[in-house]
Amino acid sequence: MRLRLLVYGVMAVFIMISISGYPIAAENEQVIKITAKKFEYNPKEISVKKGVTVVLEFTSLDRMHGFSCPGLKIRTDIAPGKVNTLRFFPDKAGTFPFHCDNFCGTGHEGMRGTITVTE
Amino acid sequence: MKIDRRDFLKLAGIGGIVFASGLVHSRKLAGAAEEDFFFVQLSDTHWGFTGPKVNPDSMGTLKKAVVAVNNLKIQPDFIMFTGDLTHVTDDDQERRKRLTEFRGIIRELKVKSIRLMPGEHDAGLDDGEAFKEFFGKSHYTFDHKGVHFIVLDNVSDPRSIIGEDQLEWLKADLKQVDKNSPLVVFTHRPLFDLYPDWDWFTRDGDKALELLKPYSQATVFYGHIHQENHQKTGNIPHHAAKGLMFPLPAPGSVPVKNPIPWDASQPYKGLGFRSVDVKGKGSQYAISEFSAKGERL
Repeated sequence: MRLRLLVYGVMAVFIMISISGYPIAAENEQVIKITAKKFEYNPKEISVKKGVTVVLEFTSLDRMHGFSCPGLKIRTDIAPGKVNTLRFFPDKAGTFPFHCDNFCGTGHEGMRGTITVTE
Repeated sequence: MKIDRRDFLKLAGIGGIVFASGLVHSRKLAGAAEEDFFFVQLSDTHWGFTGPKVNPDSMGTLKKAVVAVNNLKIQPDFIMFTGDLTHVTDDDQERRKRLTEFRGIIRELKVKSIRLMPGEHDAGLDDGEAFKEFFGKSHYTFDHKGVHFIVLDNVSDPRSIIGEDQLEWLKADLKQVDKNSPLVVFTHRPLFDLYPDWDWFTRDGDKALELLKPYSQATVFYGHIHQENHQKTGNIPHHAAKGLMFPLPAPGSVPVKNPIPWDASQPYKGLGFRSVDVKGKGSQYAISEFSAKGERL
């Protein structure tokens, strides 16, 4: 009986999380956590595999930032106080620069990094 | 459609002065422009910037431009500053100090009809609060001799957007404007995607352009990119102005956007301001470019 309740409980939590939209990394997804603060990303050099879905989980440590990678045609706002999730499928290899596209202060222009997609 | 300088000069017929697409002065609200006039556009003065390799005269360039404008034989009807009056600082007090100093310098202008708008360096970190304290609203309209002028704020929201509230305000304002009357829009950032990788765009600029589309005589003057640039989207010409602190490279011409270093053999190269003649009878604009020290280019 206890075991059955435990199973039901776990299932209920799983369903509630799914309905809430909280990102759940599927099997084989590449999940990368990135922090953003004035005026840097950590990590700022990201390496992913081609052909495997990538989940970027951004957290701002201070103010609103942005993330734009024009070469991969992906972008998101990085609002403070929550995890900002961006999911994409890299279908081409190469190194793609990204930058902050929400004006954030004196070092805004230098807030940059790269995503390298390997075969 | 990009208009290069040669094409532009062909339109003008004479070097130095540029005539853009025709403007018929028939706005119903303000009446037709009975007389010609001109205004001066200054942009991207970045007061507070320091960087001797980029501009060893960072404390003097704006002052020289003020003197140059004052020395124009005929004074303009008004002067428009299209944003980035000050250079960005993370310190709120320092921002106000720079705005105070900037205001003190432009008080030396002979022409007292001065219109201002913020750039992201002035307003992007505090939602335009300090700018508004000093200069009032960051978006507004005014009429002058039959021409309707609209000043749009696409910088106070750091996401490079105009925002739904301001777009609704624009829509309401345009309803009162005759679709064939002369209409000038001032912005800091380009409304179109000039080069988004370098932040040279407005994320919801297409919405503003869609609202302006029915207006056959709409023209946009903007700053932000620190260089002259002339392009058209549909029937709307867009004219970017030089800055007065440092020039920037042409869109996408280098991997990373950085100020162009000072050239001691050609000091103040790439810096300047412009005058815009509004030709009532000729129904045209004439743009004349000047160096920071007032030489006609």
